[in-house]
Amino acid sequence: MELQLSDTMRTALDGLSDAHGDQVVEIRQSSSDTFVRVKRGAIVEVCRTLKEELGFIYLSDIFAVDRFTSEERFEVVYNLVSLKDRLRLFVKIRLEEENPEADSVYELWPSADWFEREVYDMFGVRFRGHPDLRRIYMPEDYDYFPMRKEFPLLGIPGSIELPSTTPDTE
Amino acid sequence: MSDKELTKQVTPKFFREHQESLYQSLEDKHTTVEMLEDADPLSTKMVLNMGPQHPATHGVLRLILQLNGEIIEKAKLDIGYLHRGVEKIAENKTYQEFMPYTDRMDYLAPYSNNVALCTAVEKIADVEVPERAHYIRMIGCELARISSHLLWLGTLVMDAGAVSFFIWTFREREKLYDIFDQIGGHRFTISHARIGGVANDLTPDAVSMIKDFVDRFPDELRDWHGLLDRNRIFIDRNAEVGVLKTEDALASGATGPTLRASGYAYDIRDFEPYARYDNIDFEIPTRLEGDNLARYYVRMEEMQESIRIIRQCLDKMPKGPVRADNAKQAYPSKDEVYYSMEGMIHDFMMTDTGICPPDGTECYHAVEGPKGELGYYIQSDGTGHPWRLKINSPSFANLQVLEDLLDGEMVADTVVIIGGVDPVMGEADK
Repeated sequence: MELQLSDTMRTALDGLSDAHGDQVVEIRQSSSDTFVRVKRGAIVEVCRTLKEELGFIYLSDIFAVDRFTSEERFEVVYNLVSLKDRLRLFVKIRLEEENPEADSVYELWPSADWFEREVYDMFGVRFRGHPDLRRIYMPEDYDYFPMRKEFPLLGIPGSIELPSTTPDTE
Repeated sequence: MSDKELTKQVTPKFFREHQESLYQSLEDKHTTVEMLEDADPLSTKMVLNMGPQHPATHGVLRLILQLNGEIIEKAKLDIGYLHRGVEKIAENKTYQEFMPYTDRMDYLAPYSNNVALCTAVEKIADVEVPERAHYIRMIGCELARISSHLLWLGTLVMDAGAVSFFIWTFREREKLYDIFDQIGGHRFTISHARIGGVANDLTPDAVSMIKDFVDRFPDELRDWHGLLDRNRIFIDRNAEVGVLKTEDALASGATGPTLRASGYAYDIRDFEPYARYDNIDFEIPTRLEGDNLARYYVRMEEMQESIRIIRQCLDKMPKGPVRADNAKQAYPSKDEVYYSMEGMIHDFMMTDTGICPPDGTECYHAVEGPKGELGYYIQSDGTGHPWRLKINSPSFANLQVLEDLLDGEMVADTVVIIGGVDPVMGEADK
């Protein structure tokens, strides 16, 4: 498919391919959003170039997609915003099913803290170099990752003990 | 107490690992926490739990504050008390079926949430929305913004110690509820937006009520400005409290009025205009101070701008249909459903399978909710259910900022700072 890019977006993508041409796997457009897929090991370097040279100083969100039956099951998507050029770019990496692990972008954007924790909590993707990778919604002793596709809609019965309703006797 | 390790001093009963890791994370950042048995509590370090059901936490937000005397050394937020799994629900519902759930996320501004989901679905499924529907949506969104800001204003002033003000802002909200009742038939969770337009047109009554509100509300705003802008107590509680510098705001991902009060005019209505915001004249209020008072001014001015936007929308609103006239994309009108077989079949099909965006497409669409950037990412697998639907909620981003914002502040100011950031837990804890 022919890409229909605005001039500023073309400049940004050219800048990215100049710096990390061999790391970019795919550039695609869907519903007028631009998605760049890079190799999983290169995410921090790519993000650094995007932030420091191409103006994407604002990280709006990080989220994951479970591709379930496909190869490389998990996809982590970074939602980057260039306030100067009024651009929004999505950078993706794909991770394998067994023990998914990616590098943390916390050192570039402190806002990645909670976003990465959410991805970890919901999908079990671990982030190397994250300062405080705790679960954010679920209790620490919960063994499952609720947003994975195999997690049943009704939850897993008896997976976590409910607090007793009898008041403390002290 | 000889035992310096905090985790050994506390004995959590439920969710032991969770509690321990929270305290552990406090310890990692700082020196050990001393809790001397006979010393003056104000001169020792202690860990204070606020919430999860503290009245000032706007829902179920738990703050774990490590204090040195009256100063907060480090704050940790625990938000997992309300997890409702809306994203998981979304993956098992059709797009239109999911729409009422969005009402219940940021329940202070349901209309903005409806519009956010519908515009995202329209973008991925390539649905054309009639002109009039855009204007109705904009009016609804701006009314929702005023309604949300009114509740924020009431609770902020209440947090600072004045209760009667809360009643006054609620009186105005009551009028807005009446308007929403006229627009969509509900007072609180309106669910008025439909994929491809809105459920029904504005009635003449609704239009006159909106006009009436738009005429009278600026006077109320002026009175409130008169009461608060030079109010010694209000200024002292808010000025230079919870200061967020521009670069910190950008780095820590603040959004909405919290970001704009720190000096960056990032507003989706202007950044990536949706609906017909590019036809409308409006300013983006910003402040440079980044403190709680700046956030107050930004939101107050936003209400003023919203009034301006509604006025222009009422003037520019063309006549015409309010929903896309394509039975494969949008619900048919009730007239067709009740009086024609075709209409009934289409209504059934829309409810049963709904709209099916092409396989493998993905899109992200954000609107400027009252609290900031509210975005929906949708990935489709060609069926009527989204394969993945991710909600980028402003309260979540702003609460993360709150964690840094509280460091170095006084305990007594926590409540006001939470009020200034204006989180809604239903949205943060999705």
